[in-house]
Amino acid sequence: MSRVDDPSDLGGRPIGRRAFLGFVGLGLSSLAWGGAAAGLAVQSTKLVPEGLRAMIPFGKGWRIYAVNPPHPRFDPQTWRLTIEGLVEQPQTLSYAQLLELPQARQTSDFVCVTGWSVDDVRWSGVRFADLLAAARPLPSARALEFVSAEKPYVDSLTLEQAGAADAMLAHGMDGKPLERKHGAPARLVMPRMYGYKGVKWVERIVVTDRIRDGYWQERGYDRDAWIGKSNGR
Amino acid sequence: MTATPGSASPMAAEPRVALVRAGEPRVVRFAATERHLHTAHATAFMVMLFTGFVLYVPFMAQIFSDRPLMKAAHLAAAAVWLAALAVVLVLGDRRALRRTLREIERFDDDDLLFLRGRAVPQGRFNAGQKVHAIVQAALAVLFTVSGVLLWLGERDTALRLPGTLALHDAAALLAGALVAGHVYLAITRWESLQGIWRGTVPESYAARHHGKWSAREHSGDGAPRPHGVARLGLAAGIAGIGLVAAALLVRDVLG
Repeated sequence: MSRVDDPSDLGGRPIGRRAFLGFVGLGLSSLAWGGAAAGLAVQSTKLVPEGLRAMIPFGKGWRIYAVNPPHPRFDPQTWRLTIEGLVEQPQTLSYAQLLELPQARQTSDFVCVTGWSVDDVRWSGVRFADLLAAARPLPSARALEFVSAEKPYVDSLTLEQAGAADAMLAHGMDGKPLERKHGAPARLVMPRMYGYKGVKWVERIVVTDRIRDGYWQERGYDRDAWIGKSNGR
Repeated sequence: MTATPGSASPMAAEPRVALVRAGEPRVVRFAATERHLHTAHATAFMVMLFTGFVLYVPFMAQIFSDRPLMKAAHLAAAAVWLAALAVVLVLGDRRALRRTLREIERFDDDDLLFLRGRAVPQGRFNAGQKVHAIVQAALAVLFTVSGVLLWLGERDTALRLPGTLALHDAAALLAGALVAGHVYLAITRWESLQGIWRGTVPESYAARHHGKWSAREHSGDGAPRPHGVARLGLAAGIAGIGLVAAALLVRDVLG
């Protein structure tokens, strides 16, 4: 009587074992080339509308990160942005006052350190030179600390970095006021750095004499988060 | 002859007809160890698929906005998953599992014909089920490696490899699609679902879908043997490590 537990009785060839090892080997090798392949796949998804793109593999879509949910709520009546620290004249701006400042527009890519990105985001907002003009930073000022309404998220830029031509405090995205999930009503946009520098739900800007570690720097990420030149890349 | 633990002799054979109800004889298709392994893997997979989906898709992330909670559940499930698989291997019938492994990894000419769409008699696993099991096993390895690398990469940027996220995402998409098909086939063939749920399938079902296996003498569960203290201690130790790791991961994420 034949028995199933006798391997010689099963017949066939151990194709499955080879397939398993081959599949694992292929998968592990993708640790080296998978990023580039995903990048190519992403290029081919650009024709799909943004809302759908998030659903397809490696599509260009936002992934919403939060450190202390739920997302802060924005009330245009009560919201205030304070600018304080090493300034001659501390400021408290309402939403309406923020919109009255000189406005800037730009189209730039958003790149997350974890590997996803969104191309050609249309931002509108205020350049830091205009934002800080009334406050007048003191000669000892070296950095800006952006404090989020989502505690304890905070991050900083040097004054030089904040003066970049494409850095802004954005209040509009893709032709609409900033959505709640994207940091309504105002967020930091610094396109040449990874997204974790882009503090959302900014409610306070503190002018300091030196840069301090932010939320993600305390968790091992680089302070100067230049895309392609930081965080191990 | 009497089967003794550790000997090469076959284990005491289960009666061929495990359960007779309303005149329908049933045969054992999945032994208890196989079912426990499947339950541990499937439960953890579903938890990680759901929480991972929330982390991955912005639309879901808005509905379940508590991202840290989802991440904590995802990581804890991973730790419990690996520990649970190890516990089943320690306490279960390993010889039966090795036998199952040999069944799955060997493909004969009929299997290759089946994969080309020909209706040829199949063994206890048809060739499609074998392919599915092999791919899922490989994906389990890739999930573990890429998941650990994602976790380490948050701590040391030197361990952030260019393809880690892509591998974890691709594995999840492939595994999710395969499981969708797997579940569909199970619920549309009610007898096969009973097989994994209760261990037995109707004999007529076995003859119809697994003719080559049905014709054999079935050797199902080995007779349960009492576990030694050392083995029980090892299992308890692994379970303890898994739970402590899960708790530490939750504390790390939720702070």
